[in-house]
Amino acid sequence: MADLVTPAERRRLYTLLSPAYLWLMVAVFLPLSAMLFFSFLTDMPQDAPDWGVTLGNYAEFLSNPTYGTLMAKSLKLAVTVTLFCILIGYPCALVLAKSIKGRAREALFLMVILPFWSNSLVRIFSWAIVLRGNGVLERAINWVLPFDVRLNLMFTTDAVVIGLVHSYLPYVILTSYLALQAVDDDLIDAARSMGASKLTILRRILLPLSLPGLLAGAVLVFVPVVGSFMEPRILGGRMGTYYGTVIEDQFVAVYNWPLGAALSFILLAVVIVILAAASPVLKRAQT
Amino acid sequence: MSRVDVANVTKKFGQATALDDVSITFEDGGFFALLGPSGSGKTTLLRTIAGFYFPEAGTIRIGEQNVETVPVEKRDIGMMFQNYALFPNMSVADNVGFGLRVRKVPAAEEKRRIAEALELVQLGAMANRKPSQLSGGQRQRVALARAIVTNPRVLLLDEPLSALDKTLRVDMQIELKRIQREIGITTIFVTHDQEEALTLSDRIGILKDGRIVQAGPPREVYDRPVDAFAAGFLGEANWLPEAALAGLSLPVTAAGRRFATRPEMLSISAEAPADGRNAVKGRLQQRVFAGAMATCLVEVAGQQWKLVARDRDIPELPGGGDVWLAWDPADTLAVPA
Repeated sequence: MADLVTPAERRRLYTLLSPAYLWLMVAVFLPLSAMLFFSFLTDMPQDAPDWGVTLGNYAEFLSNPTYGTLMAKSLKLAVTVTLFCILIGYPCALVLAKSIKGRAREALFLMVILPFWSNSLVRIFSWAIVLRGNGVLERAINWVLPFDVRLNLMFTTDAVVIGLVHSYLPYVILTSYLALQAVDDDLIDAARSMGASKLTILRRILLPLSLPGLLAGAVLVFVPVVGSFMEPRILGGRMGTYYGTVIEDQFVAVYNWPLGAALSFILLAVVIVILAAASPVLKRAQT
Repeated sequence: MSRVDVANVTKKFGQATALDDVSITFEDGGFFALLGPSGSGKTTLLRTIAGFYFPEAGTIRIGEQNVETVPVEKRDIGMMFQNYALFPNMSVADNVGFGLRVRKVPAAEEKRRIAEALELVQLGAMANRKPSQLSGGQRQRVALARAIVTNPRVLLLDEPLSALDKTLRVDMQIELKRIQREIGITTIFVTHDQEEALTLSDRIGILKDGRIVQAGPPREVYDRPVDAFAAGFLGEANWLPEAALAGLSLPVTAAGRRFATRPEMLSISAEAPADGRNAVKGRLQQRVFAGAMATCLVEVAGQQWKLVARDRDIPELPGGGDVWLAWDPADTLAVPA
């Protein structure tokens, strides 16, 4: 914007940008500010006339080790889900971008995006039907295999991971696909002409050049999964207590909004710290 | 360095035949230009020799080895692409060293050979730059250094100069020729630019519809085209109208043949020449002055002829008036009709 010199141009720029900023203000900044305000209250103003300002909600996180444990558990879950999304999604994107052409690519794309089109609750309950004891998956396996198999996946951490990976996989596929698509096929041909094997091409050309897209996808998965609550609650059952479900409980069950808000902002801070720590790596990947 | 023999190669893409029974030999150490209009199969032929495509029929030999089923990674070729295809994530030195690293050349030797190759293309000082920091001509040189650093058996160039502007292109042509002579590598060069083909190569192959129309040294192809397409594609041809043939002295009998002249073989005058040379009468349409040379457009029996000569060799002529175009009978091109 430094090269915009005339006041008229500047005025036009601000006019054109104002709807976007207005929207951000109303939709993001105001609700977040309200939540930040709530997180410092002893009680919600409409419930208790003697509400006051306190740091106690934040102190609660430190004094009760459960919250720290759950935070660690949620971070571990997010790392696991992100890794699986990368391990499954990147090869998918690679095949979509570089091996398949024409109508087959469109059809596969549709299947990748399909989870986005279905309601997330429907999706999760579908997984419940598939994963539960004597469910679709177990019956299918027992129908094929001669001996009896008991999976008992329902209400385990594995079930939570499966559900989350399925929900967030498209992010990694789409961002990686776009990055891989942008890699000129001539680069691959050039590497082949110099004798490079497929693995070398992947390691030294495709992966470095598509890393920004892959990392963007990883961030898009990691951040929401840390705070996820629906999948853990429905698929995790007794095992499904995570940081996100505790926050949800504060809002809808215990009705302790100030604590829920405080826990949310602690999570936000932790995520920001993690991303900031990773940003040198992310930056280097862009050059 | 090796010779390349292509014998009876046919390549189809679905229903379309890209190469139709192509046989051609590229001599060891030669500089061979494949010339043709777009869709003629010249790039397909190059990529088939490189190993990106496998032919449906026929054999390809590089040196003593049959390679038609060998994939490109194992063919030991060097290739330069139209858009350079430099790896943007690597420095110039890493780009050049890529093929050496793949071949697990020891680090010290790798360093020496990268330096040598960059020296050869006069880019020694740019080793640590990224491709994005180079000009078009410099990228070109890096691509060339990268293609030859592994001492490949054959160097394949896919319209490598078409992305450069004209002055830079001429510089690079001279440079390319010098480097090719210096290392003596068998070089196959695809282009649609006939001037480039004539300047650079010691042999030219003209392709049309997936077939080799004619192959030979530039002068031979230019002076003795085998058919009307070759005559018109390499250089320009003024076709003699059937009605004008009577009374002209022709190198061969007229039956079943068409005749043409090259624009630079003609001389122009207001009177019929009296020296026994061939001459046709026409109407001067336009005279275009272009510095050293001038072009005259003359209408001959409904066809447009072109004459190129030194401006001082063209006499003053009345515009729109009758003129005579004359040429030595030996300079008449004859091709099968």
